[in-house]
Amino acid sequence: MADASNRRKKVPTPPLPFEKPIFELEKQLQQLESQLDPSPATKDAVRSLRLEITRKKREVFDDLDAWQTVQVARHPDRPQTLDYLELVFDEFVELHGDRAYRDDRAMLTGFGRLSDEKVMFIGQHKGRDLQERTEHNYGMVHPEGYRKAILRMETAARFGLPIVCFIDTPGAWPGPDAEERGQAWLIAESLRDMANLDTPIVCVVIGEGGSGGALGIGIGDHIAMLQFSYYSVISPEGCAGILWKSVEHRDKAARALRFTSRDLMKLGVVDEVIPEPLGGAHRDHRAMATALKGSLIAAIKDLRQIPRDQLVDRRYEKFRRMGVFQET
Amino acid sequence: MSRVKPDVESWQQKTGMAKRGVPEGLWTQCPECKATVFQRSVDENQNVCPECDYHFTVPGSVRVQQLLDTDSFEEWFTELQPADPLGFVDKKPYAERLKTEQKRTGLSEACIAGKGYMRGRPLVFALTDSNFIMGSMGSVVGEKLTRAIEAATRMKLPLIILSGSGGGARMHEGILSLMQMGKTSAALARFREAGGLYISILTNPTMGGVAASFAALGDVILAEPKALIGFAGPRVVQATVNEKLPPGFQTSEFLLKYGFVDRIVHRHNLRSEIARIIDYCGG
Ligand SMILES: [Zn+2]
Repeated sequence: MADASNRRKKVPTPPLPFEKPIFELEKQLQQLESQLDPSPATKDAVRSLRLEITRKKREVFDDLDAWQTVQVARHPDRPQTLDYLELVFDEFVELHGDRAYRDDRAMLTGFGRLSDEKVMFIGQHKGRDLQERTEHNYGMVHPEGYRKAILRMETAARFGLPIVCFIDTPGAWPGPDAEERGQAWLIAESLRDMANLDTPIVCVVIGEGGSGGALGIGIGDHIAMLQFSYYSVISPEGCAGILWKSVEHRDKAARALRFTSRDLMKLGVVDEVIPEPLGGAHRDHRAMATALKGSLIAAIKDLRQIPRDQLVDRRYEKFRRMGVFQET
Repeated sequence: MSRVKPDVESWQQKTGMAKRGVPEGLWTQCPECKATVFQRSVDENQNVCPECDYHFTVPGSVRVQQLLDTDSFEEWFTELQPADPLGFVDKKPYAERLKTEQKRTGLSEACIAGKGYMRGRPLVFALTDSNFIMGSMGSVVGEKLTRAIEAATRMKLPLIILSGSGGGARMHEGILSLMQMGKTSAALARFREAGGLYISILTNPTMGGVAASFAALGDVILAEPKALIGFAGPRVVQATVNEKLPPGFQTSEFLLKYGFVDRIVHRHNLRSEIARIIDYCGG
């Protein structure tokens, strides 16, 4: 693959089912390119194969269905929060404490710098290999993770730092320990407190926007989604299990839930879709990071134009409008 | 503005509370103590089992009668009707499901909101009714609650929300349901800034996106005994860790022990407890 952060895993990931035709063409290209002294005919073939690969990628990725989008959003090579902290941010000063229970590694928080912009960073991190996933609990946050995020955001508001939230979670951790420590309460308090912070908040769904666990750091002034991320009230598997009585119908559930970036833009829930490199973010971390950085800086600069005492009202109106009903 | 009338009889038929072998609606079996009890004695006891104090689910309209002063409730926002923004179809279309539920329950949606009096104290009251698509929160529930919270802010009245939602955020309206969690919580943030008193009452069941938004944000949080309350459903929790959950897991008593519920209140005492709290907070 083109490039990689230090965290890229060493074993190549097999293609997703719909990526197979692209991989086939790329294999052919590799063979042609490995010829030591290529003939003019070979050079022509390389050129046309390159065009063909681009065409194929466009054909496949312009038309991903909802379930395919979920597979891309969950791709093990997809850049995650720790990749972006390396590739997007010029500095990250991690702050670990939640002042009550423990450092939740599924929620990473701290000061960050984006070129000239100093921000408070809040981001969910899933982990790539087994060891890392275990450490970060697959991005499933416990109540203490939300408490940690709330504390960081309050500090940011006191010192006028914009807040940047990266959302990437299958959902908040649904274990007995989380229930004992008030998962519902900490998420609710985070929603309420984010609504009241008089500092700009930019939220980006970078992969999986899993339900309340995602929304828990999602009350922002500018909500963006990477093109092939998804943001949903419930996982396609969970929805299929409840409404279709079997997870086998997850692709149907995925379609019905309308949770792709395109759908959410239409529903007025997100403000921006950040295009991914051709073939998805997992094919080119650096290009994705560059696009993301540009969007973040632009969004922060725009929000800085709004007087701080208007931010909270503006954010309120934004969420106030959400919902579709009839008035008879 | 319409008055809510209790509809106890049709509720019994709809929920199939009456068991086979006994005349329809006359007798009922308590799921807790298994005693066969007179339906009328349950009804007259505020839907509490006279044998063991088990708290039966109460339909929203009956709840209004039980909690608020007689004929004092003025229902608001009855003009709000659910839509089908996603064109959602699972085994049956959502639009059809809504019609069936409306017919079955006599409700237009899972939320009732309005103004009323409790022992002479004026307040804004709202509830979610677990009988309507499991009391789940879609756009209408979120909108009604938000309008009620805004009205309480404007009118400087105490706010009482009684939650009964097994369903959390309603899947059939997708992301828009999730956003109602943000909307209601943001409205409560403003209400709080304005100095309003919010008493949240958790009843069986209060789960998922309802628990993780307005239900958890009370200045005082009361719960009825033995209600199921939590974020993830018990089956999901069990599947997550693949171990047996301890008895009483995710009950009111469990949450009182861990510090997330302030008081467990018997249904008979809810009115007096709420009135007393309002008086303490200068309502
Ligand atoms: Zn009983």
